[in-house]
Amino acid sequence: MAALEALWQAAVVLVGAVLVGLGYKGVDRKLAARMQGRIGPPLRQPFLDLGKLLVKETVVPRTAVRWVFSSMPFLAVIAAASVLLYIPVGPFGPVLARHGDLILILYLLAVPAVAMALGGFASGAPYAVVGAQRELVMLMSYEFPLAVVIVGLAWRVAGLGVGPAFSLATLAANPLWTQVGPLGVLGLAFLLLALLVVTPAELSKIPFDIPEAETEIAGGLMAEYSGVNLALFYLADALKTLAMAALVVVLFLPYGIAGPLGIGGLGGQILDLAFFFVKLLAVIFAAVTVVRVAFARFKVDQIARGFWLPLTAVALAGLLLLVLDKAVVG
Amino acid sequence: MADKTFEIPIGPVHPALKEPIRFTFQVEGERIVGVDIKPGFAHRGIEFMGLRRNLIQVLYLAERICGICSISHPIALTQAVENAAGIEVPPRAQYIRVIVSELERIHSHLLWAGVAVHELGFDTLLHLTWKVRERVMDILEELTGNRVDYAIPIYGGVRRDITPEQYPLVREMIRYYRGLFEELADRLLNDASIRARTRGVGVLTPQEAEALCAVGPTARASGLRKDVRQDWPYLVYGDFGVKAITPEDYGLAPQGDVYDRIIVRLLEVAQSIDIIERCLEEMPEGEITSVPKVPALLAQLKKAEGEGIGRHEAPRGEVIHYIALEAGKEEPVVWKVKAPTYSNLMPWVPMFRDQEIADIPIIAASIDPCMCCMDRVYIVRDTVEREVWKEELLRLSWGKTDRIRSRIAGRSLRAAEAEHGGA
Repeated sequence: MAALEALWQAAVVLVGAVLVGLGYKGVDRKLAARMQGRIGPPLRQPFLDLGKLLVKETVVPRTAVRWVFSSMPFLAVIAAASVLLYIPVGPFGPVLARHGDLILILYLLAVPAVAMALGGFASGAPYAVVGAQRELVMLMSYEFPLAVVIVGLAWRVAGLGVGPAFSLATLAANPLWTQVGPLGVLGLAFLLLALLVVTPAELSKIPFDIPEAETEIAGGLMAEYSGVNLALFYLADALKTLAMAALVVVLFLPYGIAGPLGIGGLGGQILDLAFFFVKLLAVIFAAVTVVRVAFARFKVDQIARGFWLPLTAVALAGLLLLVLDKAVVG
Repeated sequence: MADKTFEIPIGPVHPALKEPIRFTFQVEGERIVGVDIKPGFAHRGIEFMGLRRNLIQVLYLAERICGICSISHPIALTQAVENAAGIEVPPRAQYIRVIVSELERIHSHLLWAGVAVHELGFDTLLHLTWKVRERVMDILEELTGNRVDYAIPIYGGVRRDITPEQYPLVREMIRYYRGLFEELADRLLNDASIRARTRGVGVLTPQEAEALCAVGPTARASGLRKDVRQDWPYLVYGDFGVKAITPEDYGLAPQGDVYDRIIVRLLEVAQSIDIIERCLEEMPEGEITSVPKVPALLAQLKKAEGEGIGRHEAPRGEVIHYIALEAGKEEPVVWKVKAPTYSNLMPWVPMFRDQEIADIPIIAASIDPCMCCMDRVYIVRDTVEREVWKEELLRLSWGKTDRIRSRIAGRSLRAAEAEHGGA
């Protein structure tokens, strides 16, 4: 019975995620266009794009390693979708709450990037290979600050002794901002900053879109993909965007409004769910849309240096402040 | 990967290239160790066509060599023909030519700025620069009737006058760009991400620029004060005392990188605005062409004999037209076009050295290449393409010089005979 329940819950979450993910992609494109003084595509454009890609011919290059090339898009979508099953959706707990934790999410988030890189290497084209190399360098660059953020939060929650530290449900139920002293708030702010900078890199958006870099390597690791395969990567991108935004929301902004407003029951749950989606949009807007209209694309060495030194320093400083705070507050 | 050099082909069709050309890069990891450049994909045989048409028709062809430089080629060609046929240009026509060519410089440089930031992935600035560029396009359309291919110069003058009602419109545009200059300079030169992508990238030293004969903003960004308007003044540029702009005019020592090329082009927009303003103030009343009737002009050109060179500082650098006319022939005997991009091809080689793959688009764009201006030759025999190397090229040009020389000698012989016979 529990398995059946998990099944329909997962179905609801995934169908919802596809709709919301593509919808938010449309909102992102529209807002970016307005900020650039353009009209922009209609909000439903991502749905049209996906539909069109699904009916287009799927070409596999002769030089490609066929099975790797064709299986990687599926792996990317599955991994991105799985992350969503471990994330609490507003007032509701994660679908697979008892089967995994933050460490698993950390790995699952890396899988789409690795899948894209493998697909790029497998396509056997120079642009795709360059793109795949860049994707791996990026992965190595942002994983450490990301890990520091997550470990820092988990360590602090463990100190509270309120439940399994690496469980997202525990983190969501115990927002840290109010549990720590002034030093800790500063530390959390540092960690949030680091996570917000990692987000566009994780999602390969400008200024970190170097694995695809249209004007440099003509789409990079996406260069040889077409039809259904490309549609799947497109979908994986939408899902991953949602997952990253949800992670930021759950880790740092897990507040609901139904409680403070005193609305209970079903109405409160619906209100909190709606508020959760508003928060997601706010994070996507701040970490993806605004950033990608405000910067030029960086080079791979600039990104690697920037993430390894200054950003890692910011994340570590946040962690250190949390430790100091723990020592002071106790 | 590091011990292995592999080849990355860029072009002839690639998103970083607005026109066809092929680069073959030797790459170690992300580092470029060598580049081979192969032009010729936009060759259309325009000079060949010109040799089979009368000079008025050649003017139309010249205008269609390139859409962005569509005033530079006619200005160089009309100067060459006027030079050969000894036709005077009334002062007002000279001012109008200068105004339109400076307007072209403004629109071309703004277009370039948009392309350059697009290569860097900064599309917000692309949309900003292209939006403000519309203003100069509107003025060009107002003054000439066209956004592209203005059809303004004709041998002996220009084809359209600037009416009194149009003065305020142009002045309004000047105010608009003056007010915008600070903002554009701030967006392009003070942006951290643009600076990170352009400072120290694609460096061309002054020595290399000199040795490889770089022209236009490419040479000036390396610190060479080289500008046809300054060195060989023509039209009314001599009166204005136009000075070649280098990054020093912005208070920075020239480094010859992409950033400096942005500075130079930005300052040149301001310079063009000043020139247009002075033109409007100083432009005298009077005729706009010395030979208003086209049939009369054609008849006069048919009688003309001799050769002429016209040079003009196009937005990309010096464009040269050479023309040779023979009495009794409506069409030119020789028409040679040398576009600025041709001189700026070889400077690409030192610019690309030791740069990264990510720098390719912005370095390629930094000379503002114009392939359709530059592609003047492509050798195909029996559908097999052939490459011509330095020695053969030299032999071919010696041969051509000999042919021209003997024809000129023959002509002067004929002239001497005619004189002798007359006496």
